[in-house]
Amino acid sequence: MKYQSFLIKYAEIGIKGKNRHIFEEALVRQIKHALKPCEGSFAVHRTYGRVFVECLSEYDYSEVTEALSRVFGISGICPIVETPVIPIEELRTAAANFMKEEYPSETSTFKVHARRLNKEYPLDSMKVNEELGEAVLEACPNLTVDVHKPEIMLHVEIREKIYIYSTIIPGPGGLPVGVGGKAMLLLSGGIDSPVAGYMIAKRGVKLDAVYFNAPPYTSERALQKVVDLASQVAAYTGPIWLHNINFTEIQLYIYEKCPHDELTIIMRRFMMRIAERLAKESECLGLITGESIGQVASQTLTALGVTNEVCTLPVFRPLIGFDKEEIVKVSKKIGTFETSILPYEDCCTIFVAKHPVTKPRLDVIKRHEKNLDEKIDEMVERAIATDEIMIVGSDGARIVKTRDGVLEV
Amino acid sequence: MREAYLDNSATTRCFPEVVELMNKIYLEEYGNPSSMHHKGVEAEKHITEAKKRLAQILKVNERNLIFTSCGTESDNIAIIGGALANMRRGRHLVTSMIEHPAVTESMRYLESQGFEVTYLPVDEYGIVSPDLVEEAVRDDTILVSIMHTNNEIGAVEPIREIAKRINAKNPSALFHVDAVQGFGKAQIYPKKWGVDLLSVSGHKIHAPKGTGFLYIADKIKVKNLIFGGGQQGGMRSGTENVAGIAAMGLAAQMLYQDFDKSMDRLYALRESFLDSLEDIPDLRVNGPKGKKCAPHIISLTVPGVRAEVLLHALEEKGVYVSAGSACASNKPHTSATLEAIRLPRAYLDNTIRISLSEMTTEEDMQQASEALHEVIPFLRKYTRH
Repeated sequence: MKYQSFLIKYAEIGIKGKNRHIFEEALVRQIKHALKPCEGSFAVHRTYGRVFVECLSEYDYSEVTEALSRVFGISGICPIVETPVIPIEELRTAAANFMKEEYPSETSTFKVHARRLNKEYPLDSMKVNEELGEAVLEACPNLTVDVHKPEIMLHVEIREKIYIYSTIIPGPGGLPVGVGGKAMLLLSGGIDSPVAGYMIAKRGVKLDAVYFNAPPYTSERALQKVVDLASQVAAYTGPIWLHNINFTEIQLYIYEKCPHDELTIIMRRFMMRIAERLAKESECLGLITGESIGQVASQTLTALGVTNEVCTLPVFRPLIGFDKEEIVKVSKKIGTFETSILPYEDCCTIFVAKHPVTKPRLDVIKRHEKNLDEKIDEMVERAIATDEIMIVGSDGARIVKTRDGVLEV
Repeated sequence: MREAYLDNSATTRCFPEVVELMNKIYLEEYGNPSSMHHKGVEAEKHITEAKKRLAQILKVNERNLIFTSCGTESDNIAIIGGALANMRRGRHLVTSMIEHPAVTESMRYLESQGFEVTYLPVDEYGIVSPDLVEEAVRDDTILVSIMHTNNEIGAVEPIREIAKRINAKNPSALFHVDAVQGFGKAQIYPKKWGVDLLSVSGHKIHAPKGTGFLYIADKIKVKNLIFGGGQQGGMRSGTENVAGIAAMGLAAQMLYQDFDKSMDRLYALRESFLDSLEDIPDLRVNGPKGKKCAPHIISLTVPGVRAEVLLHALEEKGVYVSAGSACASNKPHTSATLEAIRLPRAYLDNTIRISLSEMTTEEDMQQASEALHEVIPFLRKYTRH
């Protein structure tokens, strides 16, 4: 069947009171962005609390629905057939034809759900239900009516036009990206951090990301892996600014000066410090990590507390109560899993101690960090100066700042 | 930064003359060798010429060469095609534990199809014992496959002796030699030695990737694995890669000019490089010593330093090598060759391969030596606990 347009359902935006237009505008913007790479031309508009994607040319149905099902804020996508406001006799034929084409042979139950928002239409919705139900029964011998638990719900909305649909493709839910401000994701090559980014973005937050690499201990391929992950997340969130920080010097210095079982925790404190600096410079309102309680030594409650202590911005940990399996499930759903399990070492694992502390004490950690006083500040500055920035979209990455200077923005 | 490319056993840079020749073929003499017209004849001449050059080097007849897309394909045709064509005489094959995956995986496939394979161990230098081969060959053995030069440690196998022993024990068993690392770095005479099948790859000898050939001795039965237009006597259908084939012929000819001189040069580079490393404590050079080792492969174990890290650290100094065994934290993958020579487990992940070619210069080796001197002490300071 050829659908002329898609009706976009959004659950949560509808309840945002006076801010509603902000959310709707953001949703329209995100939908337009998502449709950009799709073949064909489309118009996206909102009318009477509905968003419509109107297809102005030939298009690829599965390409468009897949693109739309990645837009946060959408709860359902309904491919619809439109007619002008027509008398009930003609509408009977239209509804019957629609059902005949959609469900040509399978035995099934249905119900008509009509809404008459255009009060000038002579029949009320009850009457329309009856008329159309009868028409469909006559036209489709394979269908029977079940008003309680129908398998097929035939929606007919009578507005300035008449919209007919029976399929609702689920969207990802959430809120349109951008309405919730921006936050800085600490992105590694693992399974968790891309999922964490996805989950926060789903609440309408735009993402920036920072990756710490440690050449020669980590390779160019490890960086490429992170870029690929960012690109996969960007399919949902739109382009992500990815900061690539050279962390080697700091890591080796900590290795030299601090107890080895505290290496990871102290390293993470410096990563958080640097991430926060970058976040503040780029107007991010918080940090995002993929931590979940007790997953590894540095993610016990005590360790999280010690890491958290260096930040003034809020740190969002959307996976905090998730088991690994639950995280894996989401990562498979959003398509980052296969990339995450590629075997390139990232900088958290290179010097990891056999038995890292699980209950670090803040005062002890702070005392040992004093061993770094001589050089650490300049090293942090140098690390921040290594910042290489690329804009990573779902279609690839482009570098806007190299380690040596600004290219273009 | 000056670059010292020392990963020539992975692949080599093309000779400029070779690229020039390919350029001419791609742009001017681009015909299909099967075409009847002039363009076809012109293209066919390139193939004939390449065949002549390669046949001369191996001292074999031109009709015994077929062109393939790579060393792996040559190995596959030889082993799988050889086994399929001779399975009525038996279902047993013999190979070593240090072969390239192109051989090992072909063997594994045959095992899954009901063939039996004996995998022979090697000594601590990576050498296959002719005695063991002789012992392993049975009446129902149809094919033996032993490599000429090992790709990881450079061990050169006693191919001539092995051929003799096989022939003495079971003259109808085929002998395949994977000479991907050996061709261009050694004089190889399959016909004279009694080798029935010999695989070669183009991109290891300064020709482009996507080229290779297989020598098939007279009266040897091998089943073709690719079906189509019947090119190359039906052994390997598909339009010939004319430019690649011509490139391989020219590259081989260039390598075998002044052959002894250039081998002497490579051995000298190798020896003085190893001498220069003597002041670095606890280094270990794997593989045979002196001329029993190929001139172009140096397997170096650096205890206390992870190969991947060392590789990237050298890369920062412009020196490109490969890790003897690719190993990553969450995917342990160890090298069969290094295990087979019984390198201590702890060292499996500490081994890099430095590989030379005709294009390698003294400056390259110096740069590599200097980089190792700088990098190893630094990396040894920071080890995993």
